[in-house]
Amino acid sequence: MEKLESEVSSVLTKDYASKRKQQIKRSKNVENIVLGSIISIILLFVWEILSRLEVFPSYMLPAPSVVLGTIIGLGQDGSLWGHIGITTYRVLAGFVLGTAVAVVLGSFVGFYQKAEQLFDPMIQAFRSIPSLAWVPLFILWMGIGEPSKITMIGVGVFFPVYLNMVSGIFGVDRKLIEVGKINKLNSFQLVTRIILPASLPSFLTGLRSGLGLGWMFVVAAELMGASQGLGYLLVLGQNTLSPETILASIILFAVIGKLTDWILKIVEARALHWQDRLVKS
Amino acid sequence: MSLELKNVGRTFADKQAVRDVSFTAKQGEIIGLLGTSGCGKSTILRAISGLDSEYDGEIAVNGKVTRDIQEEVGFIFQEPRLFPWLTVLDNVTFGLKGSKSEKEKLGKAYLENVGLNDSAHLFPKQLSGGMAQRVAIARALVTSPEILLLDEPFSALDAFTKMQLQDLLLNIWKTYQSTIVIVTHDIDEATYLCDRIIILRGQPGKIDKEIGISEPRPRARGSMLLADIKTEILESLGLNRTEVLVK
Ligand SMILES: Nc1ncnc2c1ncn2[C@@H]1O[C@H](COP(=O)(O)OP(=O)(O)OP(=O)(O)O)[C@@H](O)[C@H]1O
Ligand SMILES: [Mg+2]
Repeated sequence: MEKLESEVSSVLTKDYASKRKQQIKRSKNVENIVLGSIISIILLFVWEILSRLEVFPSYMLPAPSVVLGTIIGLGQDGSLWGHIGITTYRVLAGFVLGTAVAVVLGSFVGFYQKAEQLFDPMIQAFRSIPSLAWVPLFILWMGIGEPSKITMIGVGVFFPVYLNMVSGIFGVDRKLIEVGKINKLNSFQLVTRIILPASLPSFLTGLRSGLGLGWMFVVAAELMGASQGLGYLLVLGQNTLSPETILASIILFAVIGKLTDWILKIVEARALHWQDRLVKS
Repeated sequence: MSLELKNVGRTFADKQAVRDVSFTAKQGEIIGLLGTSGCGKSTILRAISGLDSEYDGEIAVNGKVTRDIQEEVGFIFQEPRLFPWLTVLDNVTFGLKGSKSEKEKLGKAYLENVGLNDSAHLFPKQLSGGMAQRVAIARALVTSPEILLLDEPFSALDAFTKMQLQDLLLNIWKTYQSTIVIVTHDIDEATYLCDRIIILRGQPGKIDKEIGISEPRPRARGSMLLADIKTEILESLGLNRTEVLVK
């Protein structure tokens, strides 16, 4: 009986201990979130109060509550989803286009030495042109519609994806490739079984910075001329002298950009769970 | 399969690493390469394997002079060289062909042999140094190669595991009559395993001495005969006073 009791109690304490551990972990998380947001919340309050006291003139810097109201207003009249949708569509289309071209060219250059000698100098030269400089040319070629915008975003996405992919392929450990060779893998097997998985981390880094650039370029593309989209809201806000529209658009850019990066980060963590890293970024 | 090296040398960027190494290994013979660090032992193994084809001289496998990588060669590297994205079991079965279930069955059997049957699903980042090396050993042995090249395969392991794996190696040798070239710093290991010990010395390294051991296997570890051979080896390395082989 005594033994049973002690067993029960030990189970209980064990259970309790693990629960306690979870609690500690959770409270650590909460602490992190609170600490990380404390300054922004204070700033928001100060801003709100100063705006209410009309220290900042409202036609220059409206209060946070007004900006939030603008977003909610846009959501209620339904136009918000259209703006978000079209902008996200442009980024994603440009992202897919840029990534596809980068993967094709990157594999050529990474796997065939001849292709490297042929293409790489040219690509490096193009890289030194600021991508936005292409805009007038694209508009001239494709007009001001979707194709020129998407191409432009694609150009922005292309470079980080391509560069990271090629450096990933070139950086694969010779020692691992030798293991493949000793096992008599042919070139195709070497690529699929060793080089691709080994360069995946670098490729995913490229995808993430490519996506970031995609969001930067969509702003530029929509500033050039658009009738819908978050970038169009920026122009609209400027032309109608309503800073709250501009701020609303900026906040939406930040939120959606962060969201898409977060999705890629999850994909990355899933695909690279085998990596032996000190910190997860 | 037999092996024959004729005047093999290797020069890296004007610096000679080994020169004039010649020896033959009959089918089923176990040859030990012994020598101080940097005298070119790994370099010789890489030349035999065909991973390095820039050497001088000739290497014949089964009487045929070749510089290519041979299908029948297995190599245990000085480092584990596991694929970090594959589980332990997938690492072991990496070089196998055939159906998945067959490969896994064989892989599991070899994992058991190296004492890792509970770790099949782990990833390399979760292994200790010695565990990783044992996975690498299983990966090379599982293909039952006819020529086995081992570069200090057991040096990361504790004395007990080391002895077990030496016996595993001898088992495989007995079953498949593999020709084995093993690089080692451990003189006891060399005298326990080898038919012939080749001692390399100098920079660039060259063959200093060959010692044959005709004692039949299984040999008794620490027998008088092996102890005598050990003394002879230490003497020829100029180390019989300190009795340590500086790595
Ligand atoms: N890829 C390389 N490029 C240039 N020099 C090399 C290369 N590989 C080996 N060497 C040189 O060749 C010599 C022999 O190297 P090797 O790796 O064969 O030594 P080792 O006998 O295996 O030594 P250890 O016992 O430390 O493993 C060394 O002096 C080394 O500097
Ligand atoms: Mg070595």
